[in-house]
Amino acid sequence: MIKIDKLDIKKAHEGLVDGDFSAVDLAKACIKNIEEKDKDINAYLEVYDDVIKQAEYADKKIKNKDNITELTGIPIALKDNILNEGKTVSAASKILENYKATYDATVVKKLKDAGAVFIGRTNMDEFGMGSSTENSAFGVVKNPYDTNRVAGGSSGGPAAAVAISSALGSFGSDTGSSVRLPASFCGLVGLKPTYGAVSRYGLIAFGSSLEQIGPMGKTVGDVEILFNTTSGYDKMDSVSLPEDFYSKHKKKEKLIIGVPTHFMKEGIDEDVLENFNQSVEKLKSLGYEVKEITLPNIKYSLSVYYIVMPAEASANLARFDGVRYGLHKDGDSVIEDYFETRESGFGTEVKRRIVLGTHVLSSGYYDAYYNKANIVRNLIKSDFDNAFRNVDVILTPTSPTPAFKIGEKKDPLSMYLSDIFTVQANLTGMPALSVPSGSVVRDGKELPVGLQIIAPLLRENILFEIGKRFSGENN
Amino acid sequence: MEIDDKEIEKLANLARIKLSSSEKKGLGKDIESILEYVSEIQKVSSPVSDKKPDSSELINVMREDGQPHESGLYTEKILSEVPQREGDYVKVKKIL
Repeated sequence: MIKIDKLDIKKAHEGLVDGDFSAVDLAKACIKNIEEKDKDINAYLEVYDDVIKQAEYADKKIKNKDNITELTGIPIALKDNILNEGKTVSAASKILENYKATYDATVVKKLKDAGAVFIGRTNMDEFGMGSSTENSAFGVVKNPYDTNRVAGGSSGGPAAAVAISSALGSFGSDTGSSVRLPASFCGLVGLKPTYGAVSRYGLIAFGSSLEQIGPMGKTVGDVEILFNTTSGYDKMDSVSLPEDFYSKHKKKEKLIIGVPTHFMKEGIDEDVLENFNQSVEKLKSLGYEVKEITLPNIKYSLSVYYIVMPAEASANLARFDGVRYGLHKDGDSVIEDYFETRESGFGTEVKRRIVLGTHVLSSGYYDAYYNKANIVRNLIKSDFDNAFRNVDVILTPTSPTPAFKIGEKKDPLSMYLSDIFTVQANLTGMPALSVPSGSVVRDGKELPVGLQIIAPLLRENILFEIGKRFSGENN
Repeated sequence: MEIDDKEIEKLANLARIKLSSSEKKGLGKDIESILEYVSEIQKVSSPVSDKKPDSSELINVMREDGQPHESGLYTEKILSEVPQREGDYVKVKKIL
């Protein structure tokens, strides 16, 4: 059996092309790891029954040198909110438990064209609402580094799937932290792309002005491959950016890094802050200039986020009515059908956010909450625009703590605070990358922490460049 | 700001969600504390006063009317997900 835990996408691709092993060997190694490890982790909601068939098809392509890409034969896990035609896609919700996707998400179609092998659909917070996967209707995902702790959320399944070497890459969606936080909790690289860079056609919608589909992997180079394969203009997503947006940017010789120290004064674990400071020193020693920056309104970002996001969620989730697809529960009338269906179909956090969103959008409160939040959102955007006049990227820790214990954050507000450093990228549309930056010890166990690098719109290339140098990856 | 049972009930009604009485109590308390937290944005004095945000950058992207695909191509695929159907119709209870 091949040692898949020693492989990344680049190495696996070389092995496949050189004939050291086959895509079927890779797929079998993934399935073996799922059988051995996933009963303790709960990353997968379903392992597809056609994995070997997909791998055989990839092997045939490799043998015939038929459109081989870096992802041909590479095992990939999907978050359970990205549509894969003919397969169940539930968003980890009872309301979609038996829903079968009627079409492929653009991301899935691009990955299929590239010859990737889908291992299965993975666990998440229901509809992406959470930072720990404790809100999944199908059980929490446990952290492979310490099973008493969460894998992070909402894309906890995709992260844990790669961390237990049952896939070499995975795709999640990031509305406020959902790719970067689990990536940092599970020792992986995770990218929230520029808003509009990756098509969301076929992503089950939650916070439409915030979310992007984003990849996770073991290395920055792998995440770059996954991003390059899935990004690009798509007429099926009305906020998709035209390709020529990317070509306008010139490469700079010397990059300057900005650090908003004023934003890290409280609510952050001491050793996480120390780890962050070490990362900054490391980047200095690699030749980057580091500048102190001030983002005056950044302290309001979480509040803005927790108004805008539930408002959008309440509107997006209105589509679940038990009429067209998904769960249906009978009531006494059409309208009672809605009430019954949504009562049994939605979990507590989903109901909480729908009710909260309904409140901030309701007449009498709309101006005080939703409109004001949009005004402050624009102020935060201009803070970042101003900062990016003097620096090329901005650094923060990905999360103020390492993975926390399952059940530790019962109060919803304390859970929301996990996203303190990540929501800004969603509010402003900027791309952000989380890269592993070492570990801290809790209860005698080493837990990974992540460094977040934020770049201006469409500058994923800078993130990859700095991320690779920071991680010691060649080119 | 106090969010009592009556307010929660009103919101749940608007959102077409049925809540049990214990759920109502819990949600009221949670939402109260979340609103208390997010209300800090009221303190921000914005240079544009409290005008509505500039919405000029947000535009609806429309497709021209036309024949997007051959009629009936996806009918069976989509209707097979409908909880209650009758032939090629989505079945619902009497509305009028």
